[in-house]
Amino acid sequence: MTAATAQRPAAEPPPVEFRAARLPWGSPATYLVALCAIAFSMGPVLYIVLGGFRSNAEITVSPAGLPSPWHWGNYYRVLVNPTFWTQFSNSLIVSLATTAGVVAIGVMASYVLARYTFRGRGFLYALFAAGLMFPVTAAITPLYLLLKDIGLLDSLAGVIIPQIAFALPTTIIILVPFLRAIPREIEEAAIVDGCSRLSFFYRMVIPLSRPGVLTTGILAFVASWNAYLLPLFILNDRGDFTLPLGVQQFSSQYSTDTAMVLAFTSLSMLPAVLFFSIFERRIVGGLTGAVKG
Amino acid sequence: MSEPIRSSMAALDHRPPAGDDATASPPAGRVGRRRTSRRERLEIAILVGPAIIVFVTFVIVPVVLAAYYGFYKWSGFGKPTDFVAFDNYVRILTDSKFQKALLHNASIVGLSLLIQGPLAILIALLMNRQIKGRSVIRVLVFIPWVVAEVIAATGWNLMLSTQGALNDLLRNLGLDGLTNDWLANPSIAIWSLMLILTWKYLGFAIILFMAGMQNIPTDLYEAAAVDGASYWQMQWRITLPLLAPTIRIWAFLSIIGSLQLFDLVYIIWRRVDGVAGVSTMATYMVRFGRDAGQYGMGSAIAVVLFVISLIVALGYQRVVLRRDTQGAVTGAVR
Repeated sequence: MTAATAQRPAAEPPPVEFRAARLPWGSPATYLVALCAIAFSMGPVLYIVLGGFRSNAEITVSPAGLPSPWHWGNYYRVLVNPTFWTQFSNSLIVSLATTAGVVAIGVMASYVLARYTFRGRGFLYALFAAGLMFPVTAAITPLYLLLKDIGLLDSLAGVIIPQIAFALPTTIIILVPFLRAIPREIEEAAIVDGCSRLSFFYRMVIPLSRPGVLTTGILAFVASWNAYLLPLFILNDRGDFTLPLGVQQFSSQYSTDTAMVLAFTSLSMLPAVLFFSIFERRIVGGLTGAVKG
Repeated sequence: MSEPIRSSMAALDHRPPAGDDATASPPAGRVGRRRTSRRERLEIAILVGPAIIVFVTFVIVPVVLAAYYGFYKWSGFGKPTDFVAFDNYVRILTDSKFQKALLHNASIVGLSLLIQGPLAILIALLMNRQIKGRSVIRVLVFIPWVVAEVIAATGWNLMLSTQGALNDLLRNLGLDGLTNDWLANPSIAIWSLMLILTWKYLGFAIILFMAGMQNIPTDLYEAAAVDGASYWQMQWRITLPLLAPTIRIWAFLSIIGSLQLFDLVYIIWRRVDGVAGVSTMATYMVRFGRDAGQYGMGSAIAVVLFVISLIVALGYQRVVLRRDTQGAVTGAVR
């Protein structure tokens, strides 16, 4: 076994699930470990969600207890709170616009990087790849000043456009292999049929790259939905707040109303968690694709 | 600067950089003879132009601006005029608060790798054996990664406070002696942070490793079984070496993430920062840059953070490359 073959495993190895089909259940130790991992990961999430169903008095007396009886009032009060819905729709606008923007711009750029030959292509790829190493944290101070200069402060666009820029590296890194994997025969056949390269892009590439697009789209959506630092710098007006800023502000404003804070918090994490759970397979598939190249 | 980064990325994911892959696109001559190269250049410009404009304007320009502003004492209003040369940098690097933050970052990098790496590999190994409901388990384990840092911080803040759920749980279990001020006690706070970070990012590592394990050809295990290898021997001699590329990518992402850590620390420890012994370069940057209204200073800290990340990234690349040339995989499989 040489290093070269070892590092390039067969393209489609039989999934382990099938290999394991002979022994239907497997060892109990496996389940014990899985159970511990689930308890650890879900414990804090359940604490937040269940805490929202308790009263403040109960939380003070027994912080680790379960709801008994179940109080629906906290969630109800959050759901009828117009501030929550303002922040919810701000978050939704920012996340959807970021996702749409990064997918559109990212697919176009990735297509060029994957399938055109031109001088400077390697440099361009390197430029975007370098962005992967530097999340928004390192650039936030001057970015804030730049957005102030061009008048994008205190506007959702001031969050959306930089988020598109910072999501581009991941998108391009994941999409380029996807677009490169489209067989050249398809492209040649399309050209023989009189399809220009640009219309090949619209008619063939976009539909064929859907799995990769979905992965990058979900990653961009979740990252944007959860973003804190950039909105913290850019949005100062409470009417513009996105949910992460809202959670922060809400929890300091109502610091004595723990149950309500927990209800607010759990409602604001719901969309990202739901969205992710529905598309989990796609994300993992896309990440795997990116990892194995 | 770009060349080493490019080869570093290539080394990380074990495929040739895009620019060198001759099979990537058809040779220029073969694609429609009637198309002039000017037309093709126009297509390239239209397709990649928006990405370049947005990326350069909002990612590259700020980084360059940071280098410029970093030489000024400046409150962020009007044009920077008070040129102080390297004064900001001297102040940062000699500030014991910054040195502490840097030390914390270094500990977080090391502890994250040491805690999350082995734990995630072990769990991924066990979950890669026959188990029912794998996809449900995968979703549940992955969920903390999707939860916003702000939400994680809010939840953990309540759980770990002196009157919080963890202490209550310990008291209920009769372990009163173990109760603690998990967030404000300086000798414990960093471990509380590691607990939260492990919770938040372990799932991601597990998923990545499980995916990597699925790509290992099964005939290797069959051959090893024929030779009489035990389960753990197989994992040690086959899985681990073949998982190395995935581990290297994960380690890289983990290191960069640890260096840039901000949200969790800023939200939980903002009030007791400096007392509890938990701060990072990024929280230092926001506290003494933006929150203090010193934008020249903040920019200079950003540059320091940037340069440290770059040095670490390039250093990592060297280590990775050296390991590859040593043929770690070959040696291990033999």
